[in-house]
Amino acid sequence: MKIPLHCRHNGRDVALFVDGGTNLLVALREQLGDLTPKFGCGQGGCGACTVLVDGAAHLSCLTLAANVDGRFVETLESLKDGPRLHPLQQALMDHFAAQCGYCAPGMLMAAKALHDRNPGPTRAEVVEAISGNICRCTGYEAIIEAVLDAAQRPRVRA
Amino acid sequence: MSLSLKSCVTAAEAAAALTNQRDARYLGGGTLVMRDVNEGDASFSTLVRTSDRALKRLEAAGPRLVIGAGVTYAALLAERDFAFLHPVARSIGGPAVRNMGTIGGNMFAPAPFGDFTTALLALDATVLLHGGYSPREAGIGEFLAARERNLNALVLAVSLPRAANPEAFRYRKVARVKPKGDAVLTIAAHFPPSGGRVSGARIAFGSMGATPPRAKSAERALEGRALGASNIAAAAAAPLEGLSPIDDALASARYQREVAGVHLRRLLSGEA
Repeated sequence: MKIPLHCRHNGRDVALFVDGGTNLLVALREQLGDLTPKFGCGQGGCGACTVLVDGAAHLSCLTLAANVDGRFVETLESLKDGPRLHPLQQALMDHFAAQCGYCAPGMLMAAKALHDRNPGPTRAEVVEAISGNICRCTGYEAIIEAVLDAAQRPRVRA
Repeated sequence: MSLSLKSCVTAAEAAAALTNQRDARYLGGGTLVMRDVNEGDASFSTLVRTSDRALKRLEAAGPRLVIGAGVTYAALLAERDFAFLHPVARSIGGPAVRNMGTIGGNMFAPAPFGDFTTALLALDATVLLHGGYSPREAGIGEFLAARERNLNALVLAVSLPRAANPEAFRYRKVARVKPKGDAVLTIAAHFPPSGGRVSGARIAFGSMGATPPRAKSAERALEGRALGASNIAAAAAAPLEGLSPIDDALASARYQREVAGVHLRRLLSGEA
């Protein structure tokens, strides 16, 4: 039986019907057409699917879609403001912190969750914030530098 | 396969649903069950969930500390009264896992997961579970021994004796990947002092078989003795005596036997 789901997706109210076992990643990608969260492992081990639910980082592949009914869901799609990149996105580019780029959507959302509650994180806090996100290209150093740098940059918007 | 979803207002209603439908699985934080869903596990056809706020209770006012089964690691980390458990919660996953995963779910986690349950075993926790008809209590050891038979029971909460001395509880997770990785082994030790001697020592090893075992030979080596270098060395000499570690993807049983004593000695000595 299909289950009605209403939530706020990147600032827009959306309504859809989902199957009982549908995860949030599938609902976002296949039903809402938001392709920014990536499917990596489907087990919660890689972090490529990280999104924010009510401002907190969640693994969308392990989140039952029906469980975000009435909640706020943010994905990488919400970060940039028209042509202007979010400071985190710009810093990632400036530090050459993305190579294949597959981890970047999850990495950026994990970093945004950190910045939203802690605008001036220490290096250790950045390392902890992205500890659930795997990058197989960069070796993490460039990403850590980018997240630290982005905290010093003016924000485009809240 | 399409799964059905049953939403229950109360935990009792959810427990009844699990009892009445053997192919139903309770969904808490999702970090374990949704993995099975994603992998197409056909052993269940219905997911049961509840919005009962009682599962999210954290109580520190009474003689025992109570942690609702639906409390996430992140929620526990926000409570100062449970500070002695913060190193355990922090060792689990990244922030997203800690925002989702629950204490109750951890009690069903297969190795190499289940670090929090290892700590609960060392702390002599009591499990409050609902078998569908009425709630009942079980010691954590008893619960773990019968865990496979408890799959259709709903864990409501765990309670812990209030630790008189938080320093008497120590925890170490050994992982190959830094800062976070799955456990090669986990050790939790509780050694309450009484007149300068250890009284009621409990040591548990995680990621060593299906469910965490207690290291009773190491406990005996400490019981009634001061926590000095020689007694620590005795406890660490053969901590896995009577236990049967198994080869897994992270470490062979032989390796676990080799390193368990080293890590136990460091833990009891307070070494980094």
